[in-house]
Amino acid sequence: MSILVVMEQRGGMSLETLAAGQQMARELGTTVGAALVGGDSAEPIPAALEKAYSVEHELLKQYTPDGYVSALRQLIALARPTYVLFPHTYQVRDFLPKLATSLGKVAVSDVIHHRVENGALVLVRQLFQGKVSADVRFQGDAPNFASLQAGAYRADQVAAGSTALEKFVPALAAGDIRTKPGERFRESARAVDLGAAELIVAVGRGIKEADNIPLVQQLADTIGAELAASRPICDAGWLPMERQVGSSGQTVGPKMYMAVGISGAIQHLVGMKASRVVVAINKDANAPIFEVADYGIVGDLFQVVPALIEEFKKTR
Amino acid sequence: MKIVVAIKQVPARDSQLRIAASGRWIQEDDFTFEINEPDAYALEAGLQLKEKHTGEVVVMCLGPARASQTIREALAKGADRAIHIEEEDLTGLDPLAAARLMAAALKAEAPDLVLTGLQSDDLGYGQTGPILAELLGLPHATIIMEVEKQDSGIRVKRELEDGWFQHVEMPLPALLSIQSGISKLRYATLMGIKKAKTKEVKRLTAADLGGASGPSITIDRVYLPERTKRTQLFEGNPQEAAAKLVEKLKFEARVL
Repeated sequence: MSILVVMEQRGGMSLETLAAGQQMARELGTTVGAALVGGDSAEPIPAALEKAYSVEHELLKQYTPDGYVSALRQLIALARPTYVLFPHTYQVRDFLPKLATSLGKVAVSDVIHHRVENGALVLVRQLFQGKVSADVRFQGDAPNFASLQAGAYRADQVAAGSTALEKFVPALAAGDIRTKPGERFRESARAVDLGAAELIVAVGRGIKEADNIPLVQQLADTIGAELAASRPICDAGWLPMERQVGSSGQTVGPKMYMAVGISGAIQHLVGMKASRVVVAINKDANAPIFEVADYGIVGDLFQVVPALIEEFKKTR
Repeated sequence: MKIVVAIKQVPARDSQLRIAASGRWIQEDDFTFEINEPDAYALEAGLQLKEKHTGEVVVMCLGPARASQTIREALAKGADRAIHIEEEDLTGLDPLAAARLMAAALKAEAPDLVLTGLQSDDLGYGQTGPILAELLGLPHATIIMEVEKQDSGIRVKRELEDGWFQHVEMPLPALLSIQSGISKLRYATLMGIKKAKTKEVKRLTAADLGGASGPSITIDRVYLPERTKRTQLFEGNPQEAAAKLVEKLKFEARVL
């Protein structure tokens, strides 16, 4: 197997990573497999893969960096992949650098694109909070590691299939695991998973005051979209922090992202540029949001949004 | 508690970035530099732990001579002494090569706790903490909001995704990557600035630490992201523009 995709769970970003793995395998003329760690379901992976492993052990039921690194090192020794791909989740950020280091390697983290040049993989990632892009290459022998940014690849591009899980039980001892994780908990009301939203209507400073938020809420409700916001709106407390999109908030990649009264500072753009279709409504024709927008209306949002609500209602 | 905080000096956040003639890095000539903001939170966490439990805070910085300004500022805020691994050109070091130098510099220190920021504002790999932990043979946890000392080690609060948290216990020595924005950063006092001038800064070079290892990843080229999209703008009165937009979204983009 030449590409191994390590899935964190069955949906979302892990499917994006599977799609990326399949695409790279096609371009490199090689095979792709997958591994699920710590899962307890025998359901096949709904993708065309050479092989899929279910990495199972009592000590993997709760995530620990020591347990995951040891288990994955053993799986890599067995499967001998050239490239190992991960979704760039918080959990992956916690253990992947340790795994790569234990094999004398550096993982290329937070990859947004790739291309194949002369049979070698070139990975694109961002520097300086998205202001600069860099082409990165691996030096040296397999295995080489990379994690992929949320929304960089599309889950709906997974080549469908059904791959049965083959059980892999690593040798782990309780004494090897030095950290003791507690139960997961939440402190406030359930956070909104904007990353899973298909349609997003996002509002920015152009909305002027908190009393105007219901107008964009109504727009979002009309098309069944999640409401999101740029940072100033959340800092002002007009919408909860969990609805913030951008470098300090969530990274999203919906089918459609409609930015209402958002100028498009880079800190916002990095969080939403993976959206398939971007619509911008802004009174300033020079606002940077129009640089990433597919469709736009230059105008007063207080006139445009009510008109849009009316038009959307007609299509229902 | 003996605490080492790894800090980095990076271009100021509002710097206008241009690509260097080599195409491999940015043009840094007329920049101002400052402490990497996530590292400032790691330093703050270290200083607070010292105030609570007594001990020592040592800042460690890998960077060129100009980084001594950032080191002085950390000393002025309350760090007790510093280790400066002086390297003029960091572009040939990947995160592992950089962390190997730091790990070598820490061999003689034997700290109880090593703290790092979440990621750097320039390269942004977000890996130095866990890499350093593996090289030093320490347990680690990342994106830490709170640190509580216990009889047998520490208990930390770790941020997970989607508003979830988790407590994790581990023995000392250990390494933690601190979440940004969790506390209010202190300013250096006049007394602090004065004292900083006499605090010890130990200077080391890569050669002192066994030399830099070859990279396992390399940056081929850096560039400004290309503008790839052409926006279709709809004009006319709001009702007409809205009608045209909805039609496009439905029949061309097919997102509705």
